[in-house]
Amino acid sequence: MSLSLSLHTAPEVPLEADCICPDRIRGLANADIERLGVHHGNRVQRLADFFRVEGSFDGELHVHGDLSRVKHIAAGMSSGLVHVHGDAGAHLGAEMSGGRVIVEGNAGDWVAPEMRGGQACIRGNAGHLVGGAFRGSPMGMTGGEIIVGGDVRNELGHGMRNGLIAVGGGSGDFTGVNMLAGTIFVLGQMGIRTGAGMKRGTVVSLKQAELLPTFSYACRYRPGFLPLYLLYLQAFGLAVAEEHIQGRFARWCGDAVELNRGEILLYAP
Amino acid sequence: MWAARVLITAESRQWAMAAARSMTGFATSVIGCKCEAGIERELTAAETPDRRPGAGVLLFAMDAEGLRKRLVERIGQCVMTCPTTSCFNGLAGEQSVLVGGLLRYFGDGFQSSKKLGSRRLWRIPVMDGEFLADERFTVQPAVGGGNLLLLAGDIAACLRAARSAVRAMRRVAGVILPFPDGVVRSGSKVGSRYKSLMASTNEAYCPTLRAISHRTQLGDDVNCVLEIVVDGLDETCVRNALRAGMEAAAKPGVRQISAGNYGGTLGQYKIALHSLMEAAKA
Repeated sequence: MSLSLSLHTAPEVPLEADCICPDRIRGLANADIERLGVHHGNRVQRLADFFRVEGSFDGELHVHGDLSRVKHIAAGMSSGLVHVHGDAGAHLGAEMSGGRVIVEGNAGDWVAPEMRGGQACIRGNAGHLVGGAFRGSPMGMTGGEIIVGGDVRNELGHGMRNGLIAVGGGSGDFTGVNMLAGTIFVLGQMGIRTGAGMKRGTVVSLKQAELLPTFSYACRYRPGFLPLYLLYLQAFGLAVAEEHIQGRFARWCGDAVELNRGEILLYAP
Repeated sequence: MWAARVLITAESRQWAMAAARSMTGFATSVIGCKCEAGIERELTAAETPDRRPGAGVLLFAMDAEGLRKRLVERIGQCVMTCPTTSCFNGLAGEQSVLVGGLLRYFGDGFQSSKKLGSRRLWRIPVMDGEFLADERFTVQPAVGGGNLLLLAGDIAACLRAARSAVRAMRRVAGVILPFPDGVVRSGSKVGSRYKSLMASTNEAYCPTLRAISHRTQLGDDVNCVLEIVVDGLDETCVRNALRAGMEAAAKPGVRQISAGNYGGTLGQYKIALHSLMEAAKA
Protein backbone atom coordinates (compact mmCIF):
# COMPACT_ATOMS: atom_id res chain seq x y z
CA MET A 1 0.00 0.00 0.00
CA SER A 2 1.38 3.43 -0.89
CA LEU A 3 1.52 6.46 1.38
CA SER A 4 -1.36 8.90 1.15
CA LEU A 5 -1.36 12.53 2.27
CA SER A 6 -4.76 14.24 2.37
CA LEU A 7 -5.07 17.98 2.93
CA HIS A 8 -7.43 18.55 5.87
CA THR A 9 -6.65 22.21 6.56
CA ALA A 10 -6.18 24.60 3.68
CA PRO A 11 -3.23 26.94 4.32
CA GLU A 12 -4.04 30.66 4.63
CA VAL A 13 -0.79 31.62 2.90
CA PRO A 14 1.35 29.51 0.57
CA LEU A 15 2.76 26.51 2.33
CA GLU A 16 6.32 25.46 1.54
CA ALA A 17 6.34 21.69 1.82
CA ASP A 18 9.48 20.30 0.24
CA CYS A 19 9.14 17.36 2.63
CA ILE A 20 6.42 15.97 0.33
CA CYS A 21 9.04 14.05 -1.53
CA PRO A 22 10.00 10.35 -1.58
CA ASP A 23 13.60 11.19 -0.76
CA ARG A 24 12.54 12.88 2.49
CA ILE A 25 9.98 10.28 3.50
CA ARG A 26 11.77 7.06 2.65
CA GLY A 27 12.59 5.06 5.78
CA LEU A 28 10.46 7.14 8.13
CA ALA A 29 7.59 5.87 10.28
CA ASN A 30 4.26 7.65 9.80
CA ALA A 31 4.67 9.41 13.13
CA ASP A 32 8.01 10.83 11.95
CA ILE A 33 6.45 11.87 8.65
CA GLU A 34 3.74 13.75 10.53
CA ARG A 35 6.44 15.66 12.42
CA LEU A 36 8.24 16.84 9.28
CA GLY A 37 8.44 20.62 9.12
CA VAL A 38 6.61 22.83 6.65
CA HIS A 39 6.88 26.62 6.30
CA HIS A 40 3.54 28.35 6.70
CA GLY A 41 4.26 32.01 6.22
CA ASN A 42 7.07 32.78 8.67
CA ARG A 43 6.24 29.88 10.95
CA VAL A 44 7.49 26.30 10.87
CA GLN A 45 4.66 23.88 11.50
CA ARG A 46 4.21 20.12 11.31
CA LEU A 47 3.07 18.37 8.17
CA ALA A 48 0.28 16.81 10.22
CA ASP A 49 -1.10 20.31 10.93
CA PHE A 50 -2.26 20.30 7.29
CA PHE A 51 -2.21 16.73 6.05
CA ARG A 52 -3.61 13.42 7.24
CA VAL A 53 -0.99 10.69 6.77
CA GLU A 54 -2.23 7.18 5.93
CA GLY A 55 -0.81 3.98 4.53
CA SER A 56 2.86 3.14 4.25
CA PHE A 57 5.48 4.33 1.84
CA ASP A 58 6.41 1.84 -0.87
CA GLY A 59 8.00 4.29 -3.31
CA GLU A 60 4.69 5.91 -4.22
CA LEU A 61 3.27 8.98 -2.59
CA HIS A 62 -0.33 10.04 -3.31
CA VAL A 63 -1.37 13.54 -2.32
CA HIS A 64 -5.04 14.54 -2.23
CA GLY A 65 -6.79 17.90 -2.03
CA ASP A 66 -6.44 21.38 -3.50
CA LEU A 67 -2.70 21.92 -3.28
CA SER A 68 -2.61 25.07 -5.39
CA ARG A 69 -1.12 26.91 -2.42
CA VAL A 70 1.33 24.17 -1.51
CA LYS A 71 4.75 24.88 -2.95
CA HIS A 72 7.88 22.80 -3.53
CA ILE A 73 6.10 19.46 -3.77
CA ALA A 74 8.63 16.84 -4.90
CA ALA A 75 11.44 19.39 -4.88
CA GLY A 76 14.82 17.69 -5.12
CA MET A 77 13.21 14.33 -5.84
CA SER A 78 15.52 11.63 -7.20
CA SER A 79 13.31 8.54 -7.42
CA GLY A 80 9.84 7.15 -6.83
CA LEU A 81 6.46 8.57 -7.71
CA VAL A 82 4.53 11.56 -6.42
CA HIS A 83 0.94 11.60 -7.65
CA VAL A 84 -1.02 14.77 -6.92
CA HIS A 85 -4.75 14.15 -7.24
CA GLY A 86 -5.67 17.79 -7.71
CA ASP A 87 -3.85 21.07 -8.34
CA ALA A 88 -0.27 21.75 -7.27
CA GLY A 89 1.43 24.99 -6.29
CA ALA A 90 4.60 26.62 -7.52
CA HIS A 91 8.04 25.05 -7.68
CA LEU A 92 6.68 21.56 -8.19
CA GLY A 93 9.60 19.20 -8.78
CA ALA A 94 12.19 21.95 -8.45
CA GLU A 95 15.67 20.62 -9.24
CA MET A 96 14.37 17.07 -9.39
CA SER A 97 16.85 14.54 -10.76
CA GLY A 98 14.76 11.40 -11.11
CA GLY A 99 11.45 9.73 -10.45
CA ARG A 100 8.07 10.87 -11.68
CA VAL A 101 5.60 13.54 -10.63
CA ILE A 102 2.03 13.45 -11.91
CA VAL A 103 -0.45 16.25 -11.33
CA GLU A 104 -4.02 15.49 -12.29
CA GLY A 105 -5.05 19.15 -12.17
CA ASN A 106 -3.20 22.38 -12.82
CA ALA A 107 0.23 23.40 -11.60
CA GLY A 108 1.47 26.84 -10.61
CA ASP A 109 4.52 28.76 -11.82
CA TRP A 110 8.01 27.32 -11.94
CA VAL A 111 7.19 23.68 -12.70
CA ALA A 112 10.45 21.71 -12.37
CA PRO A 113 12.85 24.64 -12.55
CA GLU A 114 16.43 23.51 -13.20
CA MET A 115 15.29 19.92 -13.46
CA ARG A 116 18.11 17.44 -14.06
CA GLY A 117 16.21 14.22 -14.74
CA GLY A 118 13.00 12.31 -14.21
CA GLN A 119 9.58 13.26 -15.48
CA ALA A 120 6.94 15.80 -14.53
CA CYS A 121 3.52 15.25 -16.07
CA ILE A 122 0.80 17.88 -15.64
CA ARG A 123 -2.62 16.90 -16.98
CA GLY A 124 -3.99 20.46 -16.83
CA ASN A 125 -2.37 23.86 -17.26
CA ALA A 126 0.85 25.23 -15.81
CA GLY A 127 2.07 28.72 -15.08
CA HIS A 128 5.13 30.76 -16.02
CA LEU A 129 8.69 29.51 -16.35
CA VAL A 130 8.05 25.81 -16.76
CA GLY A 131 11.46 24.09 -16.73
CA GLY A 132 13.12 27.46 -16.41
CA ALA A 133 16.22 28.81 -14.74
CA PHE A 134 15.97 30.53 -11.40
CA ARG A 135 16.49 34.28 -11.68
CA GLY A 136 20.21 34.98 -11.93
CA SER A 137 20.99 31.40 -12.85
CA PRO A 138 22.67 30.78 -16.23
CA MET A 139 20.90 27.51 -17.01
CA GLY A 140 17.42 26.02 -16.78
CA MET A 141 16.58 22.36 -16.99
CA THR A 142 19.48 20.10 -17.96
CA GLY A 143 17.64 16.80 -18.39
CA GLY A 144 14.38 14.94 -17.93
CA GLU A 145 10.94 15.52 -19.36
CA ILE A 146 8.10 17.90 -18.60
CA ILE A 147 4.77 17.15 -20.26
CA VAL A 148 1.85 19.54 -19.84
CA GLY A 149 -1.51 18.57 -21.25
CA GLY A 150 -2.98 22.08 -21.27
CA ASP A 151 -1.58 25.59 -21.67
CA VAL A 152 1.46 27.22 -20.12
CA ARG A 153 2.31 30.86 -19.66
CA ASN A 154 5.47 32.88 -20.38
CA GLU A 155 9.13 31.88 -20.55
CA LEU A 156 8.59 28.19 -21.11
CA GLY A 157 11.99 26.46 -20.97
CA HIS A 158 13.88 29.61 -20.06
CA GLY A 159 17.63 28.87 -20.32
CA MET A 160 16.95 25.21 -21.05
CA ARG A 161 20.15 23.19 -21.58
CA ASN A 162 18.82 19.68 -22.29
CA GLY A 163 15.76 17.48 -22.02
CA LEU A 164 12.24 17.64 -23.41
CA ILE A 165 9.28 19.91 -22.69
CA ALA A 166 6.00 19.21 -24.43
CA VAL A 167 2.87 21.32 -24.12
CA GLY A 168 -0.42 20.03 -25.46
CA GLY A 169 -1.99 23.48 -25.56
CA GLY A 170 -0.49 26.88 -26.20
CA SER A 171 2.31 28.84 -24.58
CA GLY A 172 2.75 32.48 -23.65
CA ASP A 173 5.49 34.85 -24.75
CA PHE A 174 9.21 34.11 -24.79
CA THR A 175 8.92 30.38 -25.31
CA GLY A 176 12.48 28.99 -25.25
CA VAL A 177 14.00 32.29 -24.27
CA ASN A 178 17.79 32.08 -23.81
CA MET A 179 17.63 28.39 -24.67
CA LEU A 180 21.01 26.63 -24.85
CA ALA A 181 19.89 23.24 -26.16
CA GLY A 182 17.09 20.72 -25.71
CA THR A 183 13.68 20.33 -27.31
CA ILE A 184 10.40 22.14 -26.73
CA PHE A 185 7.11 21.12 -28.36
CA VAL A 186 4.09 23.41 -28.25
CA LEU A 187 1.18 21.78 -30.03
CA GLY A 188 -0.97 24.88 -29.76
CA GLN A 189 -0.36 28.57 -30.40
CA MET A 190 2.81 30.22 -29.10
CA GLY A 191 2.96 33.83 -27.99
CA ILE A 192 5.45 36.37 -29.32
CA ARG A 193 9.26 36.47 -29.15
CA THR A 194 9.72 32.72 -29.31
CA GLY A 195 13.37 31.71 -29.05
CA ALA A 196 14.63 35.15 -28.12
CA GLY A 197 18.33 34.84 -27.32
CA MET A 198 18.46 31.13 -28.00
CA LYS A 199 21.89 29.68 -28.85
CA ARG A 200 20.98 26.12 -29.82
CA GLY A 201 18.04 23.81 -29.32
CA THR A 202 14.71 23.24 -31.01
CA VAL A 203 11.26 24.73 -30.59
CA VAL A 204 8.54 22.92 -32.52
CA SER A 205 4.98 24.10 -32.97
CA LEU A 206 2.05 22.74 -34.93
CA LYS A 207 0.70 26.26 -35.41
CA GLN A 208 2.02 29.27 -37.22
CA ALA A 209 3.88 31.83 -35.12
CA GLU A 210 5.03 35.39 -35.35
CA LEU A 211 8.82 35.16 -35.18
CA LEU A 212 11.47 37.70 -34.35
CA PRO A 213 13.30 39.33 -37.29
CA THR A 214 16.50 37.73 -35.99
CA PHE A 215 15.25 34.35 -37.21
CA SER A 216 15.87 33.39 -40.86
CA TYR A 217 13.82 31.03 -42.96
CA ALA A 218 15.87 28.01 -44.13
CA CYS A 219 13.60 25.51 -45.85
CA ARG A 220 10.49 23.36 -45.66
CA TYR A 221 11.34 19.72 -45.06
CA ARG A 222 10.61 16.65 -43.03
CA PRO A 223 12.93 16.50 -40.01
CA GLY A 224 13.71 12.83 -39.47
CA PHE A 225 13.68 13.01 -35.69
CA LEU A 226 10.23 14.58 -35.38
CA PRO A 227 8.15 11.44 -35.97
CA LEU A 228 9.94 9.73 -33.07
CA TYR A 229 9.11 12.58 -30.73
CA LEU A 230 5.58 13.04 -32.01
CA LEU A 231 4.81 9.35 -31.62
CA TYR A 232 6.22 9.49 -28.12
CA LEU A 233 3.96 12.43 -27.28
CA GLN A 234 0.97 10.79 -28.93
CA ALA A 235 1.46 7.84 -26.59
CA PHE A 236 1.12 10.30 -23.71
CA GLY A 237 -2.29 11.28 -25.02
CA LEU A 238 -1.30 14.61 -26.55
CA ALA A 239 -3.27 15.57 -29.65
CA VAL A 240 -0.83 14.58 -32.35
CA ALA A 241 -2.45 13.58 -35.63
CA GLU A 242 -1.09 11.29 -38.30
CA GLU A 243 -0.62 14.21 -40.71
CA HIS A 244 1.67 15.87 -38.17
CA ILE A 245 3.83 12.77 -37.91
CA GLN A 246 4.22 12.54 -41.66
CA GLY A 247 4.15 16.29 -42.18
CA ARG A 248 6.62 18.86 -43.30
CA PHE A 249 7.90 21.74 -41.24
CA ALA A 250 9.34 25.15 -42.03
CA ARG A 251 12.76 25.59 -40.45
CA TRP A 252 13.74 28.97 -39.06
CA CYS A 253 17.28 29.48 -37.75
CA GLY A 254 18.22 31.88 -34.98
CA ASP A 255 18.63 33.72 -32.82
CA ALA A 256 21.04 35.78 -34.92
CA VAL A 257 21.86 37.98 -31.95
CA GLU A 258 23.42 34.86 -30.44
CA LEU A 259 25.03 31.74 -32.03
CA ASN A 260 22.28 31.40 -34.65
CA ARG A 261 22.33 27.60 -34.15
CA GLY A 262 18.87 27.30 -32.69
CA GLU A 263 15.86 26.33 -34.75
CA ILE A 264 12.14 26.86 -34.74
CA LEU A 265 10.16 24.27 -36.68
CA LEU A 266 6.63 25.26 -37.65
CA TYR A 267 4.21 22.78 -39.15
CA ALA A 268 3.84 23.63 -42.83
CA PRO A 269 1.67 21.05 -44.61
CA MET B 1 30.44 -13.98 -34.40
CA TRP B 2 28.86 -10.71 -33.29
CA ALA B 3 25.75 -9.21 -34.77
CA ALA B 4 23.92 -5.91 -35.11
CA ARG B 5 20.50 -5.16 -36.53
CA VAL B 6 20.11 -1.97 -38.53
CA LEU B 7 16.69 -0.53 -39.32
CA ILE B 8 16.73 1.59 -42.44
CA THR B 9 13.73 3.77 -43.26
CA ALA B 10 13.02 6.05 -46.19
CA GLU B 11 10.27 7.99 -47.92
CA SER B 12 9.36 4.92 -49.93
CA ARG B 13 9.98 1.20 -49.93
CA GLN B 14 12.10 1.62 -53.04
CA TRP B 15 14.66 3.91 -51.36
CA ALA B 16 14.75 1.89 -48.15
CA MET B 17 15.48 -1.26 -50.13
CA ALA B 18 18.04 0.57 -52.28
CA ALA B 19 19.98 1.51 -49.15
CA ALA B 20 19.60 -1.97 -47.68
CA ARG B 21 20.84 -3.66 -50.86
CA SER B 22 23.77 -1.29 -51.06
CA MET B 23 24.66 -1.85 -47.40
CA THR B 24 24.56 -5.61 -47.74
CA GLY B 25 26.58 -5.74 -50.94
CA PHE B 26 29.99 -7.41 -50.90
CA ALA B 27 29.25 -8.99 -47.55
CA THR B 28 29.07 -12.69 -48.31
CA SER B 29 31.81 -13.96 -46.06
CA VAL B 30 33.93 -12.63 -43.20
CA ILE B 31 36.88 -14.31 -44.89
CA GLY B 32 36.99 -11.92 -47.79
CA CYS B 33 34.55 -9.14 -46.93
CA LYS B 34 35.29 -8.62 -43.21
CA CYS B 35 31.60 -9.05 -42.47
CA GLU B 36 28.49 -10.92 -43.53
CA ALA B 37 25.28 -9.03 -44.07
CA GLY B 38 21.84 -9.48 -45.49
CA ILE B 39 18.36 -8.07 -45.52
CA GLU B 40 16.44 -9.79 -42.76
CA ARG B 41 13.11 -8.56 -44.10
CA GLU B 42 11.20 -5.57 -45.35
CA LEU B 43 9.41 -3.56 -42.69
CA THR B 44 6.03 -1.94 -42.95
CA ALA B 45 5.62 1.66 -41.85
CA ALA B 46 3.87 0.46 -38.70
CA GLU B 47 6.98 -1.50 -37.70
CA THR B 48 9.56 1.29 -37.95
CA PRO B 49 10.47 3.97 -35.40
CA ASP B 50 9.47 6.84 -37.70
CA ARG B 51 6.45 5.21 -39.37
CA ARG B 52 8.06 5.06 -42.79
CA PRO B 53 8.67 1.97 -44.90
CA GLY B 54 11.92 0.26 -44.13
CA ALA B 55 14.19 -2.73 -44.12
CA GLY B 56 15.88 -4.69 -41.38
CA VAL B 57 19.49 -5.54 -42.04
CA LEU B 58 21.62 -7.92 -40.03
CA LEU B 59 25.38 -7.47 -40.01
CA PHE B 60 27.81 -10.04 -38.61
CA ALA B 61 31.54 -9.76 -37.90
CA MET B 62 34.10 -11.69 -35.92
CA ASP B 63 34.16 -9.31 -32.93
CA ALA B 64 32.44 -6.19 -31.59
CA GLU B 65 35.20 -3.86 -32.71
CA GLY B 66 35.13 -5.28 -36.22
CA LEU B 67 31.38 -4.89 -36.26
CA ARG B 68 31.68 -1.24 -35.23
CA LYS B 69 34.06 -0.53 -38.11
CA ARG B 70 31.81 -2.22 -40.64
CA LEU B 71 28.72 -0.43 -39.34
CA VAL B 72 30.40 2.96 -39.62
CA GLU B 73 31.69 2.19 -43.12
CA ARG B 74 28.53 0.72 -44.50
CA ILE B 75 26.03 3.09 -42.91
CA GLY B 76 28.25 6.01 -43.86
CA GLN B 77 28.78 4.96 -47.46
CA CYS B 78 25.58 3.12 -48.29
CA VAL B 79 22.77 4.47 -46.10
CA MET B 80 23.70 8.08 -45.47
CA THR B 81 24.29 8.49 -49.21
CA CYS B 82 20.88 7.15 -50.17
CA PRO B 83 18.11 9.75 -50.53
CA THR B 84 15.65 10.28 -47.64
CA THR B 85 16.99 7.51 -45.41
CA SER B 86 17.29 7.32 -41.64
CA CYS B 87 19.04 4.60 -39.71
CA PHE B 88 18.13 3.12 -36.33
CA ASN B 89 19.46 0.54 -33.93
CA GLY B 90 17.28 -2.57 -34.06
CA LEU B 91 18.45 -4.58 -31.05
CA ALA B 92 18.13 -4.21 -27.29
CA GLY B 93 21.03 -5.17 -25.10
CA GLU B 94 23.83 -4.13 -22.81
CA GLN B 95 26.72 -3.75 -25.21
CA SER B 96 26.75 -1.14 -27.93
CA VAL B 97 29.18 0.53 -30.29
CA LEU B 98 29.47 4.12 -31.43
CA VAL B 99 28.18 4.60 -34.97
CA GLY B 100 26.11 7.77 -35.42
CA GLY B 101 28.41 9.36 -32.87
CA LEU B 102 31.25 8.96 -35.39
CA LEU B 103 29.29 9.60 -38.57
CA ARG B 104 28.25 12.96 -37.14
CA TYR B 105 31.61 14.49 -38.02
CA PHE B 106 30.51 14.46 -41.64
CA GLY B 107 28.32 17.36 -40.54
CA ASP B 108 31.45 19.51 -40.24
CA GLY B 109 30.20 21.30 -37.16
CA PHE B 110 26.64 21.76 -38.42
CA GLN B 111 25.49 18.44 -36.95
CA SER B 112 23.23 18.41 -33.94
CA SER B 113 21.81 15.76 -31.68
CA LYS B 114 18.49 14.98 -30.06
CA LYS B 115 18.11 12.93 -26.93
CA LEU B 116 14.84 11.12 -26.35
CA GLY B 117 14.98 9.19 -23.08
CA SER B 118 18.31 7.43 -23.03
CA ARG B 119 18.57 7.40 -26.82
CA ARG B 120 20.70 9.98 -28.61
CA LEU B 121 20.13 10.58 -32.30
CA TRP B 122 22.44 12.52 -34.58
CA ARG B 123 21.12 14.84 -37.26
CA ILE B 124 23.59 15.34 -40.08
CA PRO B 125 22.74 18.00 -42.67
CA VAL B 126 22.69 16.58 -46.20
CA MET B 127 21.47 17.93 -49.51
CA ASP B 128 17.92 16.55 -49.25
CA GLY B 129 17.46 17.57 -45.62
CA GLU B 130 18.98 15.61 -42.76
CA PHE B 131 20.36 12.16 -42.25
CA LEU B 132 19.27 10.77 -38.89
CA ALA B 133 21.16 7.97 -37.16
CA ASP B 134 21.25 6.47 -33.70
CA GLU B 135 24.39 7.36 -31.80
CA ARG B 136 24.95 3.79 -30.66
CA PHE B 137 24.02 0.41 -32.07
CA THR B 138 23.62 -2.65 -29.86
CA VAL B 139 25.90 -5.56 -30.64
CA GLN B 140 25.44 -9.08 -29.35
CA PRO B 141 27.12 -12.48 -29.64
CA ALA B 142 25.58 -14.43 -32.50
CA VAL B 143 25.91 -17.62 -34.47
CA GLY B 144 27.44 -17.55 -37.93
CA GLY B 145 28.24 -20.17 -40.50
CA GLY B 146 25.27 -22.50 -40.12
CA ASN B 147 25.08 -24.38 -43.37
CA LEU B 148 23.24 -26.87 -45.49
CA LEU B 149 24.88 -28.79 -48.31
CA LEU B 150 22.40 -29.90 -50.96
CA LEU B 151 23.70 -32.86 -52.97
CA ALA B 152 21.76 -33.49 -56.17
CA GLY B 153 21.85 -35.48 -59.36
CA ASP B 154 22.02 -32.42 -61.59
CA ILE B 155 22.24 -28.65 -61.46
CA ALA B 156 18.55 -28.10 -62.26
CA ALA B 157 17.37 -30.20 -59.33
CA CYS B 158 19.97 -28.66 -57.05
CA LEU B 159 18.93 -25.11 -57.97
CA ARG B 160 15.25 -25.93 -57.51
CA ALA B 161 15.94 -27.32 -54.05
CA ALA B 162 18.19 -24.44 -53.10
CA ARG B 163 15.70 -21.79 -54.15
CA SER B 164 12.94 -23.54 -52.28
CA ALA B 165 15.09 -23.82 -49.16
CA VAL B 166 16.11 -20.18 -49.34
CA ARG B 167 12.49 -19.06 -49.55
CA ALA B 168 11.64 -21.10 -46.47
CA MET B 169 14.69 -20.05 -44.47
CA ARG B 170 14.13 -16.35 -45.16
CA ARG B 171 10.78 -16.57 -43.42
CA VAL B 172 12.57 -17.28 -40.15
CA ALA B 173 13.14 -14.16 -38.02
CA GLY B 174 16.65 -13.27 -36.92
CA VAL B 175 18.59 -14.87 -39.75
CA ILE B 176 20.19 -13.87 -43.02
CA LEU B 177 21.59 -15.86 -45.90
CA PRO B 178 24.57 -13.75 -46.96
CA PHE B 179 25.45 -15.30 -50.32
CA PRO B 180 23.98 -14.37 -53.73
CA ASP B 181 20.28 -15.08 -53.46
CA GLY B 182 21.19 -17.12 -50.43
CA VAL B 183 23.19 -19.77 -52.26
CA VAL B 184 26.94 -20.42 -52.52
CA ARG B 185 28.61 -22.80 -54.97
CA SER B 186 32.21 -22.18 -53.90
CA GLY B 187 31.88 -23.83 -50.52
CA SER B 188 35.14 -23.64 -48.64
CA LYS B 189 37.04 -25.59 -46.06
CA VAL B 190 39.16 -23.94 -43.38
CA GLY B 191 42.82 -23.55 -44.42
CA SER B 192 44.76 -24.15 -47.58
CA ARG B 193 48.00 -25.58 -48.86
CA TYR B 194 48.89 -21.95 -49.62
CA LYS B 195 49.95 -20.12 -46.48
CA SER B 196 48.33 -16.83 -47.42
CA LEU B 197 44.83 -18.30 -47.67
CA MET B 198 42.53 -18.79 -44.71
CA ALA B 199 40.11 -20.87 -46.74
CA SER B 200 40.13 -22.87 -49.93
CA THR B 201 37.81 -24.96 -52.05
CA ASN B 202 36.00 -27.74 -50.30
CA GLU B 203 37.26 -30.54 -52.57
CA ALA B 204 35.29 -33.16 -50.65
CA TYR B 205 32.13 -31.77 -52.28
CA CYS B 206 33.49 -30.88 -55.73
CA PRO B 207 32.03 -33.41 -58.19
CA THR B 208 34.86 -32.85 -60.65
CA LEU B 209 37.35 -34.08 -58.05
CA ARG B 210 35.43 -37.17 -56.97
CA ALA B 211 37.79 -39.43 -58.86
CA ILE B 212 41.00 -37.93 -57.50
CA SER B 213 40.21 -36.64 -54.02
CA HIS B 214 40.55 -39.14 -51.21
CA ARG B 215 38.31 -36.83 -49.11
CA THR B 216 35.34 -36.97 -51.43
CA GLN B 217 31.96 -37.22 -49.77
CA LEU B 218 30.01 -37.65 -52.98
CA GLY B 219 28.32 -40.75 -54.20
CA ASP B 220 28.26 -41.75 -57.86
CA ASP B 221 24.81 -40.26 -58.37
CA VAL B 222 25.78 -36.76 -57.20
CA ASN B 223 26.81 -34.30 -59.88
CA CYS B 224 26.15 -30.98 -58.19
CA VAL B 225 26.38 -29.52 -54.67
CA LEU B 226 25.12 -26.13 -53.51
CA GLU B 227 25.49 -24.70 -50.05
CA ILE B 228 23.24 -22.39 -48.08
CA VAL B 229 24.97 -20.47 -45.31
CA VAL B 230 22.89 -19.00 -42.51
CA ASP B 231 23.86 -16.47 -39.85
CA GLY B 232 21.51 -15.91 -36.93
CA LEU B 233 21.12 -13.77 -33.86
CA ASP B 234 21.17 -16.90 -31.72
CA GLU B 235 21.41 -20.68 -32.04
CA THR B 236 17.63 -21.13 -31.97
CA CYS B 237 17.21 -18.89 -35.01
CA VAL B 238 19.81 -20.87 -36.90
CA ARG B 239 18.25 -24.20 -35.89
CA ASN B 240 14.83 -23.03 -37.02
CA ALA B 241 16.20 -21.85 -40.33
CA LEU B 242 18.10 -25.08 -40.96
CA ARG B 243 15.03 -27.15 -40.21
CA ALA B 244 12.86 -25.04 -42.51
CA GLY B 245 15.51 -25.26 -45.20
CA MET B 246 15.79 -29.03 -45.03
CA GLU B 247 12.05 -29.52 -45.19
CA ALA B 248 11.81 -27.29 -48.23
CA ALA B 249 14.84 -28.71 -50.00
CA ALA B 250 13.73 -32.33 -49.86
CA LYS B 251 12.66 -32.51 -53.50
CA PRO B 252 13.03 -34.99 -56.33
CA GLY B 253 16.59 -35.12 -57.59
CA VAL B 254 18.14 -34.26 -54.24
CA ARG B 255 20.22 -37.24 -53.11
CA GLN B 256 21.38 -36.02 -49.74
CA ILE B 257 21.32 -33.01 -47.43
CA SER B 258 24.41 -32.55 -45.31
CA ALA B 259 26.36 -29.89 -43.42
CA GLY B 260 29.86 -29.32 -42.19
CA ASN B 261 31.56 -27.90 -39.17
CA TYR B 262 35.00 -28.94 -40.33
CA GLY B 263 36.08 -30.69 -37.17
CA GLY B 264 35.15 -27.72 -35.05
CA THR B 265 37.50 -25.36 -36.88
CA LEU B 266 34.56 -23.32 -38.12
CA GLY B 267 33.34 -22.45 -34.65
CA GLN B 268 32.00 -23.64 -31.34
CA TYR B 269 28.52 -24.64 -32.51
CA LYS B 270 27.69 -28.03 -33.96
CA ILE B 271 24.11 -28.62 -35.00
CA ALA B 272 23.33 -32.20 -36.02
CA LEU B 273 20.77 -32.13 -38.82
CA HIS B 274 19.16 -35.43 -37.81
CA SER B 275 18.52 -34.07 -34.32
CA LEU B 276 16.72 -31.08 -35.82
CA MET B 277 14.35 -33.26 -37.77
CA GLU B 278 13.76 -35.59 -34.84
CA ALA B 279 12.94 -32.61 -32.65
CA ALA B 280 10.49 -31.40 -35.28
CA LYS B 281 8.76 -34.78 -35.36
CA ALA B 282 8.56 -34.86 -31.58
